Amino acid sequence: MAMSDDRVENRLFQNRYVVDVGRPHIEVRPHEVPSRELVAMTRVCPAGCYSQNEQGQVEITADGCMECGTCRVVCSKSGDIEWNYPRGGYGVLFKFG
Amino acid sequence: MTHEHFDAIVVGAGPSGNAAAYTMAQRGLKVLQIERGEYSGSKNVQGAILYSDALEKIIPDFREEAPLERHVIEQRIWMMDDTGHTGMHHRSDDYNEDKPNRYTIIRAQFDKWFNRCVREMGVTVLFETTVTSLITDENKRVIGVQTDRDGNGIFADVVVLAEGVNGLVGQRSGLRKELRPEDVALAVKEMHFLPQDVIDARFNLKGEEGVVIEAMGTITDGMVGTAFLYTNRESISVGVGCLVSEFAKSGEATPHGILDRFKSHPSIKALLEGSEIKEYAAHLIPEGGFRAVPELVGDGWIVVGDAGHFVNAVHREGSNLAMTTGRLAGEVVANILGSCMTCTRENLQTYVKLLEDSFVMKDMKKYKNVPRMLEQGGRHIMDLYPRLLNRSAQTWFRVDGKDKKSKESDILRSARQARGVTGLLGDAFKLARAWR
Ligand SMILES: Cc1cc2nc3c(=O)[nH]c(=O)nc-3n(C[C@H](O)[C@H](O)[C@H](O)COP(=O)(O)OP(=O)(O)OC[C@H]3O[C@@H](n4cnc5c(N)ncnc54)[C@H](O)[C@@H]3O)c2cc1C
Ligand code: SF4
Repeated sequence: MAMSDDRVENRLFQNRYVVDVGRPHIEVRPHEVPSRELVAMTRVCPAGCYSQNEQGQVEITADGCMECGTCRVVCSKSGDIEWNYPRGGYGVLFKFG
Repeated sequence: MTHEHFDAIVVGAGPSGNAAAYTMAQRGLKVLQIERGEYSGSKNVQGAILYSDALEKIIPDFREEAPLERHVIEQRIWMMDDTGHTGMHHRSDDYNEDKPNRYTIIRAQFDKWFNRCVREMGVTVLFETTVTSLITDENKRVIGVQTDRDGNGIFADVVVLAEGVNGLVGQRSGLRKELRPEDVALAVKEMHFLPQDVIDARFNLKGEEGVVIEAMGTITDGMVGTAFLYTNRESISVGVGCLVSEFAKSGEATPHGILDRFKSHPSIKALLEGSEIKEYAAHLIPEGGFRAVPELVGDGWIVVGDAGHFVNAVHREGSNLAMTTGRLAGEVVANILGSCMTCTRENLQTYVKLLEDSFVMKDMKKYKNVPRMLEQGGRHIMDLYPRLLNRSAQTWFRVDGKDKKSKESDILRSARQARGVTGLLGDAFKLARAWR
């Protein structure tokens, strides 16, 4: 068991996804300076989908998203993101759940 | 399909939607169920303990066919500090009964089976289809749903919202508010595979017996949350959940970091040694309790399961509340339509009354103050008390030449120092009141 290896990518590698190429289901609204909530998501997202670029803005790569909804709840007040489910049939597919 | 009319449309094929659809079809209604996943369960996550009673009331002989893992014969509740745990174990051979009371399950498999029963009862199920909005008439009565497939919508006398915790359809139609970060926990979970005989040996089990462990304490880094470890036949489910508000506030905690902390704790590590991880999942749990329950009925719509915030976080029960609310909603709708009435808000109120008379609302009300208490005093319960408890246990059990009376006063003194007498009394009082 990979105890010491806590990288999120390795965990997600085991999961099954059907990625809707070119149609991300979550989008971050364009911003100059990210809100506190957005910055928090770089840490709180369980799939590590959020990251900060060199200019300090927060970006999302939703491919590994497990559709938990945490980022939507955290950012609901600040209105930082547009959150939807992937189209029917796309996204994460749990084998065990 | 577009102009076909149904008696009822069920949004979602989790336990609440499956229970509602099954109940209505069994009573002769023409039901359409819509699920966004490729199969029932492909989007769902649970610990998972299944409570027989709720399912038995829907499918009495479920044990003959349902994919069940192990029946629970031992329950451990652990208060953990950094190096150990103090806990309660309850194990009894009485649980090796003909019709066991609790089982561990694997949700993707269980939901698939439950949904097969739903289809066999005559329900039409549309998979890979997301409901995007509700269709209303000029009187704001819900008359159908719009999906992400082409078409003019699908119409029915009533829409059962069984869409789970995220509940976008209900929220975006203004039926209920967005979730508060204080009212939902983010849980992450891994599936660890090990041969059956290894699990049996590690947990002292035979046949289909199973053990479940619930843990709290310093593992969550002071955040309000709990961890669990459940034995399945050839795998172990390991997870941890903390309130979203706590994660957002905390300066450094990550969900997977907390999970790793739990897994590498000396009390847990040996139980998982050598396992192969085959899945990593995340899901929200509605933990706001009674005060977070939204409006449950309206003209042409009714809410069941997690979408209605029906989770008893203290007892870790959710799927049974989902199935019970789904069943009751199904019965009420079938009665209304069966006596040629319409599903108005007024007529659907019977559902709310039935819930109030059942264990569902009684339990939700009993614990209505717990979430607020944890919001205020959570850190002591998650961090200080587990430490005190474990330190006290060590003081008590170590044989070191000190007399027992001095040991007792040491324990009391360290508790008093850590929190102060008024603090301790205050916490005890708050805890007792919240549990009352
Ligand atoms: C980590 C974890 C551990 C848990 N442990 C336990 C436990 O041990 N015992 C227990 O009893 N409970 C437990 N629970 C709680 C339990 O899982 C839930 O209470 C239960 O699953 C709720 O059932 P539901 O049918 O209301 O919602 P869900 O199971 O979430 O089902 C909702 C369904 O609706 C679908 N859906 C959503 N929106 C749409 C849409 N717009 N269009 C089409 N389909 C849609 C989803 O794909 C999903 O299939 C746990 C939860 C978690 C996260
Ligand atoms: S929904 Fe969950 S997994 Fe997906 S991006 Fe948001 S926080 Fe991450």
